[in-house]
Amino acid sequence: MEQVKRRLSCIVCPMSCQGEVTLENGSVTGITGFTCPRGEKYAREEVVAPKRTLTTTVRISGAQLPLLPVISKTALPKDKVVDCARFLSNIRVQAPVKEGDVVCADILGLGVDIVAARDLL
Amino acid sequence: MMNDYDVVIIGGGPAGMAAALSARKTGAEKVLIIERDRELGGILQQCIHNGFGLHRFKEELTGPGYAGRYIKMVQADPSIDVLLDTMVLDVEQDKIIYAVNPKQGMLTIQAKAVIFTMGCRERTRGAIRIAGGRAAGVFTAGAAQRMVNMEGFLPGKKIVILGSGDIGLIMARRLTLEGAKVQAVLELMPYSNGLTRNVVQCLEDFDIPLHLSHTIVKVHGKERVTGVTCAKVDENRAVIPGSEFDIECDCLLLSVGLIPENELSRTIDLAMDSLTSGPIVDQFRQTSLPGFFAAGNVVHVHDLVDFVSQEGEIAGNAAAKYALGQLPKAQRVVDIEATGGVRTVVPQHLSITPESPESVRLFMRVGKPEQRITLVIESAGKMLYTRKLAVAKPGEMIVVELPADKVCECTNKITVSLVK
Ligand code: SF4
Repeated sequence: MEQVKRRLSCIVCPMSCQGEVTLENGSVTGITGFTCPRGEKYAREEVVAPKRTLTTTVRISGAQLPLLPVISKTALPKDKVVDCARFLSNIRVQAPVKEGDVVCADILGLGVDIVAARDLL
Repeated sequence: MMNDYDVVIIGGGPAGMAAALSARKTGAEKVLIIERDRELGGILQQCIHNGFGLHRFKEELTGPGYAGRYIKMVQADPSIDVLLDTMVLDVEQDKIIYAVNPKQGMLTIQAKAVIFTMGCRERTRGAIRIAGGRAAGVFTAGAAQRMVNMEGFLPGKKIVILGSGDIGLIMARRLTLEGAKVQAVLELMPYSNGLTRNVVQCLEDFDIPLHLSHTIVKVHGKERVTGVTCAKVDENRAVIPGSEFDIECDCLLLSVGLIPENELSRTIDLAMDSLTSGPIVDQFRQTSLPGFFAAGNVVHVHDLVDFVSQEGEIAGNAAAKYALGQLPKAQRVVDIEATGGVRTVVPQHLSITPESPESVRLFMRVGKPEQRITLVIESAGKMLYTRKLAVAKPGEMIVVELPADKVCECTNKITVSLVK
């Protein structure tokens, strides 16, 4: 049986807890060192299918600023984050926008919506 | 034109907004926030990444999201006036404030209590003395952040970042997502000053090299930056001859530290702490001049906005009490001294009042990274508090709540230190 241990820093909150995940034949058999359940969940995912939240901007017309900050509603597969950012750089929205408004639904077919991170009226 | 207010707050970022709301809650009737930018929110408006507000709102917000929640609360209170686009030029010890804006011209404002919440500034190239010409393309990381996230410009296409503080790390990711190539991040110290989570998700995720114990010795280029010469440094931070190498770039970003912005504090001669570079305050965030309070990054640079808001609340509450004549006078003052590995502590002293005492939060930073140490808080040989720490890093503030009964016991100086 193959056993691998991976040391990870949790990135869920600024505490940055250091923990360790034990993998046996590709499945998680032990997690230690994370101080809260969210950290354990992160570690379990990170070793199998890492995900990241994307924050970027899109162009906006008719507002006092030229850019609108946006955020992915849930985390995206880590290896798709750059593609999503590139895709969003070609999107333009029209003011007024409210925080939480969907700017791009189901981005790249990943099942995740991109929403406005602030009001811009 | 003369305007009278109970509490005037200078700076409409997170500390200022929290201070205004808290002053109102305590009973101040007329509160004014003066902000020099076109909107409230301060630096949060350009920090579009997420990770804000976990303590305060129990959810993870972006900077603009966090700011937006406070802006709405401020706007919902008709007794909080806000002056935008307004720059404070001068403050006098008798709490007269001179400010100017393009609509009203010169304004004279009389306050009963003043709160300084001006935040902080970035250290610049001048502050770290890098040799080279005056080629375009050298920016502070925060200036680049504003360009990229709010104004819609990219400061360069091939980027080198000096300094691994959080802003530098976050800009490395941001510029990568916007299509620039981040060649490397260089850090003078043997450790990163940023949060570990930012090293992971901003550098490692994108395979951006982090060179620890490295600095820039020369910036190349005549009209525009064309590259930098880097070198390794020894444990005394001196350049190791022969270790130099060049990196091509058209843009150099500096993320080399923040300094509280205290021009106004100096014009009225507030007593300053040379290590935090902010005014010396007590637990109410009152400065050396009665009726002048300070909160947030103007006092000491924080890691988390949640604590900035909290400090704003403390100052807002105390300033309102002062304006209403309800802030109890200190019976005695107990100094708090940072020693033995602890570099800074805020507040720097406690004003012990006859009223029933409240617990006090101490905010501390260590001088250098330590492992397996004990934080000890004592007074006159008596232990007030100890906590074992697995790790302590200069980049991560230590927060300790000193219980009320310990606070009122103190008669002598309190010391905070690290013990192996
Ligand atoms: S384990 Fe929990 S407390 Fe630790 S960093 Fe992760 S989310 Fe934060």
